[in-house]
Amino acid sequence: MAQAAITIALAGNPNSGKTTIFNNITGTRQKVGNWPGVTVEKKEGRVKKFGYDLKIIDLPGTYSLTPFSIEEIVARDYILEECPDVVIDIIDASNLERSLYLATQMRELGRSKVLFALNMSDVARARGFKIDSEKLSELLDVPVHATVGNKNEGVDALLQKAIDLAASSKKPSTGRKVNYSKDIESAIAELETILTPHFQPDISYDPRWASIKLLENDRIVLERLESALPEDAILPLVSKTKLLRQTLQERYDEDPEIVLTDERYGFIAGIMKEVFTASSRKRIDSSRNIDRVLTNRFVGFPIFLFFIWAMFQLTFTLGAYPMDWIDSGVGGLTSIMDSVLPESLLKDLFVNGILAGVGSVIVFLPNILILFFCIALFEDTGYMSRCAFLMDKIMHLIGLHGKSFIPMLMGFGCNVPAIMAARTLESEKDRLLTILITPFMSCSAKLPVYIVLAGTFFGPRAGSVIFIVYLFGIVTAILTGRLFRTTLLRGADAPFVMELPPYRVPMLKSLLIHMWDRSKMFLKKMGGIILVGSIIIWALSAFPRTTQYSHDYPAAIAHIEAVFSQKAKIADPAEQQALEWDKKDRLLDIQRAMRAEQTANSFMGIIGKAIAPIFAPLGIDWRGGVSLLAGFVAKEIVVSTLGVLHAVDEEGSEALRDALRTSGMTPLAAFAMMIFVLLYIPCIATVATIRKETSSIKWTLFSIGYTTIVAWLMAFIVYNGGRLIGLT
Amino acid sequence: MDHQMVGATSLSKVAEGQRARIIAVGGGGALRRRIMEMGMTRGTELFVEKYAPLKDPLEVIVKGFHVSLRVEEASEITVEIVE
Repeated sequence: MAQAAITIALAGNPNSGKTTIFNNITGTRQKVGNWPGVTVEKKEGRVKKFGYDLKIIDLPGTYSLTPFSIEEIVARDYILEECPDVVIDIIDASNLERSLYLATQMRELGRSKVLFALNMSDVARARGFKIDSEKLSELLDVPVHATVGNKNEGVDALLQKAIDLAASSKKPSTGRKVNYSKDIESAIAELETILTPHFQPDISYDPRWASIKLLENDRIVLERLESALPEDAILPLVSKTKLLRQTLQERYDEDPEIVLTDERYGFIAGIMKEVFTASSRKRIDSSRNIDRVLTNRFVGFPIFLFFIWAMFQLTFTLGAYPMDWIDSGVGGLTSIMDSVLPESLLKDLFVNGILAGVGSVIVFLPNILILFFCIALFEDTGYMSRCAFLMDKIMHLIGLHGKSFIPMLMGFGCNVPAIMAARTLESEKDRLLTILITPFMSCSAKLPVYIVLAGTFFGPRAGSVIFIVYLFGIVTAILTGRLFRTTLLRGADAPFVMELPPYRVPMLKSLLIHMWDRSKMFLKKMGGIILVGSIIIWALSAFPRTTQYSHDYPAAIAHIEAVFSQKAKIADPAEQQALEWDKKDRLLDIQRAMRAEQTANSFMGIIGKAIAPIFAPLGIDWRGGVSLLAGFVAKEIVVSTLGVLHAVDEEGSEALRDALRTSGMTPLAAFAMMIFVLLYIPCIATVATIRKETSSIKWTLFSIGYTTIVAWLMAFIVYNGGRLIGLT
Repeated sequence: MDHQMVGATSLSKVAEGQRARIIAVGGGGALRRRIMEMGMTRGTELFVEKYAPLKDPLEVIVKGFHVSLRVEEASEITVEIVE
C-alpha cells in the first residue's frame, strides 16, 4: 500500500533552532538546493515515519512576512502557493514576544494548518520565564507543543501532532486572529466585500489577508490580484484601496502599514500578559558576559583577528596536507594511465584533459571542507554576527555589510570557497557586490606567477613588489565596491538591524551536515563545468596534431641516438654514466623545442598570436599572451605554459628566468603582467562558482568582462605611465 | 512611576549603559518597517548595551534580545532617556 504523503513546512525566526529541528527530523536525508530563481538556500528532506511519507521543507528564517527581503518572499510564496499540509512555526520560547509577531502573521495567511513548536523551553525556564502554553494555544486557536531542539526532546511528538493535524478534517482554524482597531477593521471589511465575489479557488489568497496586504501597500499581492481578477473588478479595488489608505493615513497621521505593525505588537502584548510570567530573580546572562570580552573595545579586535588567522591557517595550512595527498594521488593515477594506456589521442584527452582538469578541482576539496566547517562553527555558535558587528564600520565604507569581510579575506586563499562563503550575506545586493569584488583579492594560485616574475626582474626587492601587487588588488576591490554601490547596485545597503543571538554550544551533527551540504554542492556542480572547460582548453592546445615542424626533430633525435651509441662503444665504463646523462639532456632539449613549437602552432598558439596586438601595449609578448589565456584554467598554469613556450623545463627554475630575461621583457613589463594576472578573468573554477552563486549568466559574463577590462586598463596605465616617467 | 523623563533625543546619542524609551521611529521604507518588526515599536524600552570598538554600530537590548544597528539607523529613532 502506498503511504499517504504529508508536506510539512518549518517556519520561524532566524536563530530559533529551526534548522536544528530540521536536521533532527531528516538527518542526512536532505536535499539542498536553491529556491527557484534566487540564491536562497532551500532545504528539503523526506522521511518515512508513523506510517506516512513525510516531506519536510525548511523555510528561510524570517522575522516577518513582509515582502522586503527575498527570504520573506520565498517563505510567504511557498506557503501561499504550495499550501503545505501543515506549517510548524518554531517559536523561540526565550524570545516569545518577537516570535509571536511572525506567528500572528502565519495565522493571518489562512492557508495551511498551523502548529506552534515552543522551542528552547529549557532556555526559557533557565531564564526564569514561565509560559502557559495551554493558554497560548487557546488564545490563538493553534496547537502548541514544547520542544528542546538541540536535545532532540519532543521532536517526535511534534511530528506526530503535525500528522494528526494534517489528517484531521478540521479546516485551517479561523478562530482568533489579530483584531485591529475599528477604523482598520472596517477598511479591511470594505475591501473584503469587493474581493470575495471574484475569488476563485485558483487565487491562493485568503480574502481577509489579501485585504490587509492591500492596505499595507503590498506590491506583490496587488500585482498578483491584478493579473488574476476580472478586469472590471480591478479598477474599483485599486481606487478603493487608495482612498482607504488615504483616510487611514489622515486618521492616524502615519502610514497604514506602520499602524498595522504597531497594532499587531499591541495584540501580542495582550497575549503576553496572559501567558507569560518572568520571575524577578536576577539571572546570569552568560552570553552577555562572553560579549563583554569578544566585542570588547580593546580586546575585541585582537581576538577577532586571532580567530580569522586561525581559520585561515586551518584552511590553507592544515588543508595543504590532504591537498598534497590528493595531488599525488591524481599524479600517481596520471602516471599509471600514462604508462598503461597505449599512445593515442584518447589517452591524451583522458590524461591531459580530463584527469588534469578534474584533478585541479578535486584538490580544493580539503580547503572547502575545512573552511565550511569553520564557517559553520562561527555561524552555529553565534560568533558570525559578532564578526559583522566588529567589522561593519570598515566594510560599510566600501558600501558593504560587516559579514562581507570573511569572503573577501578568504579570497586571498582561494576564490572558490570565498565566493561560496558570500552565502552568509542575507541581502542579494550585498552578496552580489561581494562576489564581484572578491576576485580582486589575490588568490594563492597567483603567487607562483608573482614569484617567477618578481624573482626574475626585481631580485632582492621581489618581496616588496609582490606586496604592492596585493595592495593593488585590495585598492581595486575598494574602488570597485564604491563604484558599483553608487551605480549598478545602487540603493542603500540592507539595513544593518541584526540580531546578536545568544552564544550556543554547536552540535557536531549540525556542523557536519552544514559542511557536507555545501561541499557536496561544490563537487557536483563544479565537476561538470570544469570538466567541459578543461576539455576545451586541452583541445585548443592539443590541436591541430599535424604540425609542420620547422626542424626535422625525429631525424635530430635519431642523429643523437646514433652519435651517442657510437661514443658509448668506444668510451670506457667510467664515462658511460656521464654519456648517458649528456644524451638525455640533449634529447630533452629537442623534445622541449618540439613541444614549444607544437604549442605555438596549436589553436591556442594561433589565438595567442592573433591577440598579441592586444597584449603588445602592455609590454607582454605573444608567449605571455598565450600563458595568460591558458591561465584561465588555473593561474599556476601561467608559469608552466611560459616554461613550455620558452622551451625550458621545471617551472620557476633558473632556466625560465634566464629565458624570460633574454626574451626582451623589461621589469616594468613584468610588473604590468603581474597586475594583469592579479586582476584579469578569474580561473575557470571561480567562474563556475560565480555562475552557480549568482545563478545568472549575465552577472557571470559581467564579472569576466569587468575584471579583464580593468586588468588591461590598469596594466596599460602601469606600463605606459611607467615608461613616461622613464622607468623600464 | 519612578521614571523621570529628560526630553527627547535620538537613539544614536544615548550613552552606553543608558535606558531609553522609543517615542517615534523615523526613516523610510524597509528600514523603518524592519525596526518596528523587530519589536522596536513606540513605547518600547531599550537599553544601550555597547558601541562597537569603532563606535559604530551599537548594540541595544530590547524585549530581552540583543540587536545591533548602525549609528545612522539609530539616529532615526527618537527616544526619551529613562533614568
